Amino acid sequence: MQWVNIVAQGILLGGLYALYGTGLSLIFGVMRLVNLAHGDMIVVAAYLVLLAGQFLGLSPWLSLLLVVPALFVIGVLLQRGLINAAVGKGVLPPLMITFGLSVITQNVLQLGFSADTQGLDAGPIEAASIEVAQGVTLGVLPLIAFATAVLVLTGLHVFLTRTKLGRAFRATSDDPTTAELMGINSRQVYGWAMGLSLAIGAVGGVLLGVRTTFAPSDGPARLIFAFETVIIGGLGNLWGTLAGGIILGVAQNIGAQVNPAWFQLAGHLATLALLAFRPTGLFARTREAG
Amino acid sequence: MMADCVLIVENLEVFYGEFQALFGISLEVAAGETVAVIGANGAGKTTLLSTIAGVLIPRRGQVIYRGKVVSGSPAYRLCQRGIAMVPEGRRIFPSLTVEENLEVGAYSGRRGPWHREAIYNLFPILQERVRVPGVDLSGGEQQMLAIGRALMSNPDLILMDEISLGLAPLIVQELYRVVREVAEAGTTVILVEQDVTRGLKAADRVYCLLEGRVSLAGRSADLNLDQVSQAYFGV
Repeated sequence: MQWVNIVAQGILLGGLYALYGTGLSLIFGVMRLVNLAHGDMIVVAAYLVLLAGQFLGLSPWLSLLLVVPALFVIGVLLQRGLINAAVGKGVLPPLMITFGLSVITQNVLQLGFSADTQGLDAGPIEAASIEVAQGVTLGVLPLIAFATAVLVLTGLHVFLTRTKLGRAFRATSDDPTTAELMGINSRQVYGWAMGLSLAIGAVGGVLLGVRTTFAPSDGPARLIFAFETVIIGGLGNLWGTLAGGIILGVAQNIGAQVNPAWFQLAGHLATLALLAFRPTGLFARTREAG
Repeated sequence: MMADCVLIVENLEVFYGEFQALFGISLEVAAGETVAVIGANGAGKTTLLSTIAGVLIPRRGQVIYRGKVVSGSPAYRLCQRGIAMVPEGRRIFPSLTVEENLEVGAYSGRRGPWHREAIYNLFPILQERVRVPGVDLSGGEQQMLAIGRALMSNPDLILMDEISLGLAPLIVQELYRVVREVAEAGTTVILVEQDVTRGLKAADRVYCLLEGRVSLAGRSADLNLDQVSQAYFGV
C-alpha cells in the first residue's frame, strides 16, 4: 500500500510539472525558441502573489486573478520588446537573451526580496487530505494542482484546435513565412504565445508557492523540471506533457522513497533513460513543413 | 501607364545577400487581367512574385498596388489589403487538416464571394477529405487546397507560383479551368509558369523573364512561338 501511495503522490506532482512544461513546450512549438527564463518567470509569479497578499490582503487563490493576467502582459511585452529581435536569427541569440533575462530576474528578485526563502499561505487547505483507500491518502492541494493542470491543458487544447487564433498559432509553428502570406503577423502571434506561456507558468508558480517555499534563485530548478517534463512527454503534444510530468513525478517520488537525497536524481535518470531509448519523447507530434 | 492598373512594378532590383536576382524589372497589370510570367529556371519569376507579395524587400525600385507604394510592407499586411499568394511548392500547413488550412486562409477576415462552401464547389474532392491532414492529400489535391486557401482571403490580386509543377496533364487542365473561373469572377491573376504554351493559353498578356530582366512582353494572342522561345532561352 505504501508504494501505491508513493505513486499516487508522484502522479499528482506530475500535474504541477505539466504546468511548468506546457508553457515551455508551447514557446518551443510556436517559435522554435527555448526560453531559459521560463523557470524564473514561474518564480516571479510566486513573488507577485506574495506581494498581492502583503499589500492587498488577497489569498493566493484570489490573487491568481491578478497575477495570471500580469504574467500574460509581461510575456507579451518581453516578446515584442526584446525576444522578437532575436527570433529567426539562429539558435544562439534567443538563448543568450533569455539566459540574460534569467540572470537579471534572479538578481532583481534578490534585491527586492532578499535571498530568504518565502512561502505562500493558503490556509488550512494546505494540510488537508482525503483518504481514498486504506493507506492511500491524497493531499487536497496536490489534487487541486492536478485538476488545474488537466483544466489548463484542456483549455489550451480547445484554444489551439477550435479558435481562429489557435489555428494561427499552429500555422505559424508549421511555417511562419506561409502564415504571413495568409495575413498572420507572426511577431504578434509570438507575443500572444509568450503571454500565454507565462500565464500558464504563473498558475504553476502559485501552486509552487503554496506547496513549498521558494527563493529568488529557484528558477533554474523549475526550468529543469519543465525541460524534463517536455523531454519525456515529447514536443508538440499537450497530453504528452501531462504524461511526462507524471512520469517525472513518479520517478522522483520513488527515488526519494529509496533514499531521500535521490528525489531529483531519480527524475534525471528517468529523463536520461528516455532520451537513450526514445530521443523524441513518448508522444512527439511536431511535424516540420516539407 | 494604364489607367486602371491594380499593380505597377517599377525598376525592381532584388538581391539575396550579394547575389542580384532581379535587374530593373517593370510591369503593369490592369484590373481583371490575367498575366503570365514565364521564363526558364532561375530567371527570377519566383523572386518577382515573392517581392510583390511582400516576402522579399527590393533594394531599388518599387511595387505600387492600387495607387500606393507597398514595397517594404510585410506580407501579412498585403494579404489584408488583398494580395494573396499560392506559393511555390504549395506549402500546405502539415499539422492542420484540409478544412483548417482553408480557414487559416480566411484569417485576414476580408469579405467577398469566397468562403468554405464556394471552395468546395470549386474543388469537390476537397470536401470529401475535410478532416484529413492537408499533407496527406495527393500532389494535385494539395495544389487545389493551396489555391482554395489563397482564395479564402478574397483577394483582389492572386499570385500563383508554378501551380502545374509535377502534376499530371489532366489535373493541370482542371486547375487552369479554375484559374479561368477565378479570373472571370473579377480577380486579377498573375501566374508564374514554366510551361510556355500553358502560360500563353491561360493569360491575356505575357512577360518573359531572362536572367532577371524582362526579355519580352506582349499580348498572348500577338506573340508567336519563335519570338517567345528566343526571349525564353536568350538565343
